[in-house]
Amino acid sequence: MKIQILGSGCQNCMKLAKNAEEAAKAKGTECEVIKITDIKEIMSYGVMQTPAIVIDGKVKSVGRVLSVEEIKKIL
Amino acid sequence: MLEYLADGLVYKLIGIQPGTRLGDTVHFFLYDTAKIFLLLIAIIFVVAVIRSFFPPERARKLLGHRREYAGNFLAAMLGIVTPFCSCSAVPMFIGFIESGLPLGVTFSFLISSPAVNEVALVMLWGLFGWKIALLYTATGIAVAFFGGIIIGKLKLENQVEDYVYQIKMGECEIVVPTWKERIENAWGYTKDILKKVWIFVIVGIGFGALVHGYVPIDFVLKYAGPGNPFAVIVAVLLGVPLYSNAAGTIPIVQALVGKGLPMGTALAFMMSIVAISAPEIIILRNVIKPKLLAVFVGIVAVAIIIVGYLFNAIL
Repeated sequence: MKIQILGSGCQNCMKLAKNAEEAAKAKGTECEVIKITDIKEIMSYGVMQTPAIVIDGKVKSVGRVLSVEEIKKIL
Repeated sequence: MLEYLADGLVYKLIGIQPGTRLGDTVHFFLYDTAKIFLLLIAIIFVVAVIRSFFPPERARKLLGHRREYAGNFLAAMLGIVTPFCSCSAVPMFIGFIESGLPLGVTFSFLISSPAVNEVALVMLWGLFGWKIALLYTATGIAVAFFGGIIIGKLKLENQVEDYVYQIKMGECEIVVPTWKERIENAWGYTKDILKKVWIFVIVGIGFGALVHGYVPIDFVLKYAGPGNPFAVIVAVLLGVPLYSNAAGTIPIVQALVGKGLPMGTALAFMMSIVAISAPEIIILRNVIKPKLLAVFVGIVAVAIIIVGYLFNAIL
């Protein structure tokens, strides 16, 4: 499972990345958490509000820092 | 009713005498803190639900087909319900420009979004009353409207970083949330915001309470009152680089107003703190060349200064 966190490096984006890593660990499945900070790449997903989380290529949430629980639900 | 509870708590339970400095301060602190938090919870939640109907993608579509002035007005209005995390400024800017939105309309949005936000409105309503909150909103929209129009007229499109025009934005499928999801997201968002600002609210109100109780009346009036014609300009210039959220500043400004700060100067100060901030400018530099950035900051600052003088004269 490929998890991408879209964000330009502000506090919210880092928090989302951290929560995602925790959720992935808790789930136990093979998960790769990648942080995307390049603006061109972020825009290619059609995302206008960071932080955003993309799982296996599909945008799952935009503009909010999801809690570990919420991320676990989507995984 | 809250006032009655606060009275009971401070004067009867804790036993401080009403009318004393300590009594005034503590009462102010407890009453205002409780009032503000209740308002914050209610209003942030309601606005978040409203916001779930206006994702940026929809905002783009709504703004896309308007004639010039209508677009600016709509953009300024939409800025109220759209959240503004400084880090979203760049993606949003690129998204709007890339979809063909005029530069001026995009700026109307960029100006009103951080300035007119529900946290600021709650604080203003709770501490100054609904009339001032409404005045602030109307003025914020006006500044955003005119600011955007002027920037549009200046034809500074070449001052946007070139790569912005070359970006091809992907299509994000617009997921329409169910009512249950709207409420869950709104509640999650409300909790997030509260977690972020509660400390500022407490510190801001605490500081304001101290000013309220211990600074002599008219102290501020002497230095920043009508006798000082430069007060508005200084206030706005001070506010531009300052980066604070509304939660922290408004209670302090309210206490200052109580000590003689003219309302116009206060409004100008508050608006300049939130409308433009150093982090936002730094982040926008990624997509806007220095000349346009300077014009943006300059126009908004001047507009706010005018607002300050105007309301000092009227109020």
